[in-house]
Amino acid sequence: MPDQLLFAMEVTLNGLMAGVLYALVALGFVLIFKASGIFNYAQGVMALFAALTLVGIMEGQVPFAHLINAIFGTEIHHFGWHVPALLAIILTMVVMVALAWAVQRFIFRHLVNQEPILLFMATIGLAFVLEGVGDIMWGADIKKLDVGLPQGINEWIDITTFEAFGYGFFIDNLDISATIVAMILVAALIAFSQYTKQGRALRAVADDHQAALSVGISLNFIWILVWSIAGFVALVAGIMWGAKSGVQFSLSLIALKALPVLMLGGFTSIPGAIVGGLIIGVGEKLFEFLIGPMVGGATENWFAYVLALLFLVFRPQGLFGEKIIERV
Amino acid sequence: MKLLSMTVAAVMAASPVMADLVFPSLSYRTGPYAANGIPFADGYEDYFTLLNERDGGIGGVPARVLECETGYNTEKGVECYEATKGEGALVYQPLSTGITYQLIPKATADGIPVHSMGYGRTSAKNGAVFSNIFNYPANYWDGASHAVNHILDVNGGDISGKKIALVYHNSAYGKEPIRTLEELSKKHGYELMLLPVDHPGQEQKSQWLQVRQQRPDYVLMWGWGVMNQVAIQEAANIRYNMENFIGIWWSGSENDVLPAGDGADGYKALTFHNIGSEYPLYDDLQKYVIDAGKAAGAGDQVGTVLYNRGMYAAMLAAEAAKTAQKISGTAEITPAMMRAGMEALEMTEAKMAALGLPNFGPEFSVSCENHGGNGLGAVKQWDASAGAWNLITGYEASDQDVIGPLVEADSAAFAAESGITPGC
Repeated sequence: MPDQLLFAMEVTLNGLMAGVLYALVALGFVLIFKASGIFNYAQGVMALFAALTLVGIMEGQVPFAHLINAIFGTEIHHFGWHVPALLAIILTMVVMVALAWAVQRFIFRHLVNQEPILLFMATIGLAFVLEGVGDIMWGADIKKLDVGLPQGINEWIDITTFEAFGYGFFIDNLDISATIVAMILVAALIAFSQYTKQGRALRAVADDHQAALSVGISLNFIWILVWSIAGFVALVAGIMWGAKSGVQFSLSLIALKALPVLMLGGFTSIPGAIVGGLIIGVGEKLFEFLIGPMVGGATENWFAYVLALLFLVFRPQGLFGEKIIERV
Repeated sequence: MKLLSMTVAAVMAASPVMADLVFPSLSYRTGPYAANGIPFADGYEDYFTLLNERDGGIGGVPARVLECETGYNTEKGVECYEATKGEGALVYQPLSTGITYQLIPKATADGIPVHSMGYGRTSAKNGAVFSNIFNYPANYWDGASHAVNHILDVNGGDISGKKIALVYHNSAYGKEPIRTLEELSKKHGYELMLLPVDHPGQEQKSQWLQVRQQRPDYVLMWGWGVMNQVAIQEAANIRYNMENFIGIWWSGSENDVLPAGDGADGYKALTFHNIGSEYPLYDDLQKYVIDAGKAAGAGDQVGTVLYNRGMYAAMLAAEAAKTAQKISGTAEITPAMMRAGMEALEMTEAKMAALGLPNFGPEFSVSCENHGGNGLGAVKQWDASAGAWNLITGYEASDQDVIGPLVEADSAAFAAESGITPGC
């Protein structure tokens, strides 16, 4: 088989894996938009905050240590213990649920029935506040995140493809883990929304807020629930991206990778986020591989948006988005 | 007693009021690059605090660090410049190539010097054109040459036919070394492969798959922030030989290698100053600044690469201020005097040893024609098991036969487009 074809196959596989990582970020946006019509600008910062909290808990870091030390003249930084990854993930989820409650109680409860643009602006404010709180709470240094996920080249794929084609494909074990986690996550989300009482209530709210209220569904509860689930998705995305680069404040910029995925897949569809992620991942990687060298490279950032816009020309609501028809 | 008090008050009133020497710090303690901005800003401020606490300032005049948060954003950096220049700012250290480019015409017009130490516009080395811009002790083109020289050294002086890849931040900063590397490839016969990475650089799979497929003998990196960590992790993932992976000095801090763990072992980076905290000056920093609770930050960054660089930048600014005081015969210097001091700066080993920093940086001198110093640089290597950098070469010269004409051509082009008549 020609080398270029083998390389293209390797790039395609890696594009699929990268797409899963993009989809993980996009999922959080979809969940909140579907349930409340809010485009959550803070989703990337939520991933950062969740990852910071996870590492902080695992490392036994004292939250707000610099602030406490500055006020009281103390010198405390660590509790002196290390928390196992699983327990730390559970504790981080408790923090994310508390955050969901606070967001609902102090922001969105006061903005019910307001214009979508106001809700969007509120999420911009939330992003800045959350980034600042994360900084004060856990510090701005780069933290190594190790929750035990394997990383590096997958030996089996390398050897198998080498034996088959004479060229070993590179697939990162972390990407394989992300794919498995994403599959479990999507299955769990679908099962939750289809087969549980809260899930059905969530779908009812997504379909029609007033109708849901009229049958006794608590909007407050549903929104706290959906922000908590988005917090969990943000935590998963934070773990996967944080394991690649360390947990640092640029993690919030992963949201930029989710936008073309949302445009392509639709803002209201969980399968859309996954399929959109895969198309963007493969599309941008193949374009960089085939066309990048001719135009000086670094095409991925802009090509993802070009690809999404191309799809929008034919399906403005995205591949799986709901077509909204407003009668006047 | 009352008479004594009145006499003291009268004497104090008659004494001239000593103004502060203002050193703005365009820092970034927030945003995606905060992890790198914080230690540099801490080192910069702590050194001036030390001079104030231990020596009573510079030449008896207290130094005042005026910190302004840029978030590594060029527009904010320019706002910081405009907001602080009226305070009597003596020299700006923008810590961003983008901000430096914006400040070149502004600071020149305002008569305030800018010190872009190891970054910014490389051809600012030509002081005959860039009268107010200094980039000593080394610049990006020196760095490119240092990296190639090191590769030459480990290959017995012959790298013809080798393939060298440059993984770079797709920005003005990252593109700086390309021209020099192209010229050096003509001279030494290596093949240059360019791999740009878009900001911020969290996803680099495409670039590292190309490295894996095309197998360059060496990879050079011009990165900053998360791009560095991801690149080192991806290089480890594809099992690239870290001995053959060399970063510029902005890709060589602890922040860059620690997230990759053992995978980063053997990674090399360039440097224009020494590493660690085993210097007499650090004892004073501990005593007068850290232990006294006067540190700019939490005191936990002391001795890290970027803290040392910030401290080194402050030390060079303070030495230039001392030189300016000596030349002008007054302790209360103006930005124009500071510029003259920077232009007459001479850093010798004896001077650095007297400051408590023996063998900390290369010896160099600045002149009207040469604002870039001697361009010396060294190579260091990361030892993951010890969690420490080690210098593996001495400070060595860059290839001025190649860089000199490039500096001359680029600065001449700038002079032509800006209507500057070069001269000293």
